[in-house]
Amino acid sequence: MSTTHVDSSREAARAPRDEEQSMKVWVDRTLCENHGQCAIAAPNTFEMDEEGILQYTEGFPAGELEYIEDAMDVCPVQAIFLKGDQ
Amino acid sequence: MSEHQEPRIVVVGASMGGLRAAEQLRAAGWDGAITVVGEEVHPPYNRPPLSKELLAHPGSPEDALATVALRQRPTMETVDWRLGVRVVASDLQGQTVTLASGEQLAYDGLVIASGIRPRRLHVPGPTVGRHVVRTLEDALGLHRQMRPGARVVVVGCGFIGCEVAATARELGCEVHLVEGSRGPMHRVLGEEVSVIMRDWLVGRGIQIVTGHSVEEYLTAEGIQDDGGPALAAGVRLADGTEIQGDVVVEAVGSVPNTEWLEGNGLDLTDGVVVDDRLRVAGAGHTVALGDIARYQDPWAEGEMRRVEHWQGAIDMAKTAARTLVADLTGSEPPAAYAAVPSFWSDQFGIRIQGIGAPHRATGLAVLEGSLDAVEDGVVIRYDRDGLAVGVVTIGLPAGRLVHFRKLLGQPTPISDRTAETVGVAS
Repeated sequence: MSTTHVDSSREAARAPRDEEQSMKVWVDRTLCENHGQCAIAAPNTFEMDEEGILQYTEGFPAGELEYIEDAMDVCPVQAIFLKGDQ
Repeated sequence: MSEHQEPRIVVVGASMGGLRAAEQLRAAGWDGAITVVGEEVHPPYNRPPLSKELLAHPGSPEDALATVALRQRPTMETVDWRLGVRVVASDLQGQTVTLASGEQLAYDGLVIASGIRPRRLHVPGPTVGRHVVRTLEDALGLHRQMRPGARVVVVGCGFIGCEVAATARELGCEVHLVEGSRGPMHRVLGEEVSVIMRDWLVGRGIQIVTGHSVEEYLTAEGIQDDGGPALAAGVRLADGTEIQGDVVVEAVGSVPNTEWLEGNGLDLTDGVVVDDRLRVAGAGHTVALGDIARYQDPWAEGEMRRVEHWQGAIDMAKTAARTLVADLTGSEPPAAYAAVPSFWSDQFGIRIQGIGAPHRATGLAVLEGSLDAVEDGVVIRYDRDGLAVGVVTIGLPAGRLVHFRKLLGQPTPISDRTAETVGVAS
């Protein structure tokens, strides 16, 4: 698990509230095993398609952050990250 | 609490449940002190890989820890971590816990997340060389013994026993799996599917020993001569059969870590009893979560049970933390805990995934695929009294199970009950 990922997610989580929308969801596909738990925790952002493969949207409104954080927690392989926009 | 001291919540247990609880305390607005006490020296880490991919390919101890270490929210920098020290006693009236070091910690709120430990068999024979898989060190130590050609005897065929057996086989070991009284994953998957999975494991090269429990551990010959402790070198079963092994693994269930709570008048029969907000009745501002919490599961018709699923600890941490903060600050408590139980296992590259309470089923229906070819993908609905109580998929992409969640609690079609449903004798 690269520390870069941890650092970027920490920076993102520290961003002021009005900048939350500039953060993006990013899923490391090399880690993702399509468990589908994120789609239960944050269904507005994560969805499993008919084949059971994860589809997700990178951008999200401020109110969605809590659910995305829950999704990050319940991912068995810690594949979900929040990244700054730059 | 003395008045001038900062209010404090103590979290007992620094595995995933303790970490997630601490994070959720902060998320719920708790700005007092948080102290998390854990017996292991490591920061909280992820246990599911210990019987699977990490057991197969751990790398160096440092790599292994880095692989399984749980990401922590930034708020965890404000938490007082007490790692490598066990809580040995508690006074829930006086609101203190006592550490093995003798130190007493006073608290305003208490989170019980001390989890479980492996149950051990109390039978004659050597106690040295009997592996369990619970900690990172357990997995690393076991991996070192699992050389190609090594004879591995796994005692117990729940999910962990089956996963260890599968991993050992993949590493080129000769594997015996001693079932005991019931078949592979029987407690969760039921008799019908357990029988299928037994055949499947046998087809993958695991030698399964049915019907007899372990009476005694065999002693390795020649070891005692050098003065070292006698090593376990296989098992003797109730019918007298002896199975020689270079490695012995016990995977016979778990024991809740409740000893430190004794003397407080709690019902500790099987874990810690909690209400629907995960409060421990009669224990002041105390909540419990994870493997240790015994609760009334709405997805199992209100059965009082402990659910040792990875998922549950995370879901419960949120409810428990919000309840505790609400009770301490006089705000509105969260909704009752009602997360759908959810579990998975990986064996020989095949995913077994389930939701709900399949263990309660009286019948099952195959919605997709065939039980005769589970590897090709099968969807099994578990029914009870005309309602779906669980769904299990085998050999399918895990993400497909999400689509079957909506079946839970729904009536099962009449045609299923008359034509397709097969009985689950238990």
